Parts: sequence; C-alpha cells; structure tokens
Amino acid sequence: MNLDLIWRYAPSLISGFGVTILCWGVGGALGLLLGFAITLLNRLRFLPLNWLLRGFIEVFRGTPFLMQLFLLYAGGPSIGLRLGATTAGILGLCLYSSAYFAEIFRAGFASVPVGQIEAATSVGMAPFDTLIRVTLPGALIAAVPPIVNMLIILSKEMVVLSIITVPELMYQVQTMAAETFTAFDAIFAMAVFYWLLVETVSRLGARLEARVTAYLAHEESAA
Amino acid sequence: MKPEVILHSFGYLTRAAGVTVAVSFAGIVFGFLIGAAVCAARLSRRRWLKRLGGTYVSVFRGVPLLVQLLFIYYFLAEYGLDVPAIVAAVGALALSSAAYQAEILRGALNAVPRGQGEAATALGFSGLDIWRRILMPQALKISVPPLINEFILLLKASSLVSVVGIAELTRVSMNIASQTYRPFEAYVGGGLFYLAINLALAALGGLAERRLARASGR
Repeated sequence: MNLDLIWRYAPSLISGFGVTILCWGVGGALGLLLGFAITLLNRLRFLPLNWLLRGFIEVFRGTPFLMQLFLLYAGGPSIGLRLGATTAGILGLCLYSSAYFAEIFRAGFASVPVGQIEAATSVGMAPFDTLIRVTLPGALIAAVPPIVNMLIILSKEMVVLSIITVPELMYQVQTMAAETFTAFDAIFAMAVFYWLLVETVSRLGARLEARVTAYLAHEESAA
Repeated sequence: MKPEVILHSFGYLTRAAGVTVAVSFAGIVFGFLIGAAVCAARLSRRRWLKRLGGTYVSVFRGVPLLVQLLFIYYFLAEYGLDVPAIVAAVGALALSSAAYQAEILRGALNAVPRGQGEAATALGFSGLDIWRRILMPQALKISVPPLINEFILLLKASSLVSVVGIAELTRVSMNIASQTYRPFEAYVGGGLFYLAINLALAALGGLAERRLARASGR
C-alpha cells in the first residue's frame, strides 16, 4: 500500500469518515427516537394502529436495507419525495433501524417484572410516576446490550450508503481506487480500518454494558 | 403510480427471486461447512487453533459484507484468477456467514448439558461416539431455529451481490427501474418478493421450533 497516496487523498478520506460518523450518529439517534415512539404507540393498545405499526416493522425488517435505500432515493421522486443522497441515506437509516429498535424496546418493556409495577401501584404511585420511575428505567437498562449490538450492525451498514452515492468513507475509498488503479490495496486498507473501528466500538460497548448492568451483578451477589 | 409495471415484470422478478434464493442457499451451505470447521477450531485444545478461530470470527463479523465482497472480487482479479463474479458473490456470502454460523454452533454445543458427555464417558462411550451420538444430534437440533434466522439475514444481505453484477432480485429491480422509468414500482415489486420469501422462511422457522419443542418433550 502506497502511503503517499493515502496522504494525497487524506482530505477526501477524512471528509468521508466525517460523513460516515454524521450519518451513523444522526440516523441512529433518529432511529432510536422513532423506534421508542413506535413502542410507546404500540402500548396504547389501539388495534388498527397496532396492525399498522406491526406492518411497518415487518416490512422494514423483512426487506434488504439496499432495496429500501433505492426505493427512497430513486423511487422517491415519483411520489413527490425529492431527497439528496445524504438526506435519503439518513432517512433510510432512521426508518430501517427504528423497526429493529422498536422490537428491542418492546422486549425491554416485557422484561420488567409485573410485580415491580404492582408494588409501585400498591404503595400509591400514580400511573405516570410508575412509568417514569419504575417501568422505563428497567426497560431501558434491559435494552442497552441489544441497542449497542444494533448500533454496531448499523455502523457496518454505513458502507451500503456508498451505492446510492452518499459521499461517505467507502465512496471516497472507491473514488480513490478508481482514480489511481489501486482497487485491491484501497479495499484492503478499508477492511483493516473497519475491523479496528468495530473492535473498538464493541469493546466500548461492553464497558458501557458492564456499567449500566452493574447493579444486577450486585443484586445477584447479595441474593 | 402504475402498479401494472410490477405485473408486467412478474416473470423477471420471479426468476430473479430464484437466483436470490439459490445464491443465499449456496452461501448458507458452504458457510455451514466453513463455520463447522471454525467452530471446531474455536473449541480445540490447541491454543493457536483456538486463536485462529477467534480471529476469523472477529474479522468476518467486524468487516462490512460489501467490503468483504469487493475485497474478494478484486483479490481474484489482482491474482489473475479469471472466475465468474458468481464465485466472488457466493464466496463472500459463505465466508461471512461462516463466522456467524460458527458462533451459532458453538452456542448450541455449549447448550448441551455437560452431564450428558460425562454420563456417556462413564458408560464407556468412546470420544468419537460421544460426538456422533450424544453431542452432535442435540446441538444440531438446538441450532436449527437460529440457522433459519441466519438464512433470513443472509437472504437480505445477498442484495449486495447486485454490486458485482449478479442478476438477482435487487439487480433485476434496478434494471426494470431503468427500462420502465418507474423506479418506485420496480423497487416496491422487488421488495414484495423479498418480503414474501422472508415471511415464508420465518413461518418455516416457527414450525421447526414447535416441532423441536414437541420432540424434546418440553
């Protein structure tokens, strides 16, 4: 691998990495919010709405992310939705990940023991207080490990955005490869870079998990 | 909106769906073979083999599939191996899926109670017989539902092989989009096919899970 080449292309590679991080952060955050909203709406137990949301989740979990991106970016204009590549990419990430996040939050809520909610009611907590102080903290803590996992999966989906020409890292690497005829080296460097990135994020995620679930270990040792 | 675009290209899409299923199935089968070897390496007592298996899983789960696919594609070209793109496509799917399947198999083997292997040893079973008659049948049974799940994930991931020009569902949807100038309908049509295949697979997975639950008397 020619280091000189990387040096020459450093500005575009750095900007590509910036776009990758931006899309990941914004897309993931919006996906978390939308997923959480879907879970809360589902808890209203209004049947037609539940069916609609179930359909949304099944569609976005049952089709490839790339197809969803094509539909948004190329198919959008024919239903009056004209988006730039990056906007389409971020919106696609948000919709795609929200379906998975909604399922994660649902499982989180299901994991809170009914006894805790009953106990809160019996000591006279208002329903809203029970939700905010009992159900929600328990659900969120149970959801942390799968959320971290999903964010890591999402970081790898970021390279798919290059196919709809979002100028993220993979796109810049392929541009560099095409301009300098170094496809093999460039992709190899990209693989190494991504491996290090995912390994680092996984380690940080494991640490975060250990932190928020520390009280569980404490409870177990006390029991 | 012109839904008839989907109807007109129904034949194309059906054939493309067949290619998608075939490519993913080949990926799963080869991935299972490689995954079994990786799992065996991870469970080996030799430390270098253990580490090799661990590194394999970490690399192939850490690098995005698209990067793996293009790497194999350019690797073959770099070393002058003139093979069709389908080899790179199935190879990338198999190598990537192998990392996940190795973990599924490892988890399943760990889920077989330790006492069973010990009981078999106490009864005088040989090491090979314990593997063949006690551990393997149970581990394979446990791993059927997650393997079907992995097949669904791989089927969706196989849309990426459109990038190297394999005429599967995503590629054919792109072609229909550019031929008819109706991208919205084309991608909705392709998406519906994916959805149908995945729902069928999920139903199959549910069936397998219930069967296994009944067979093991739980």
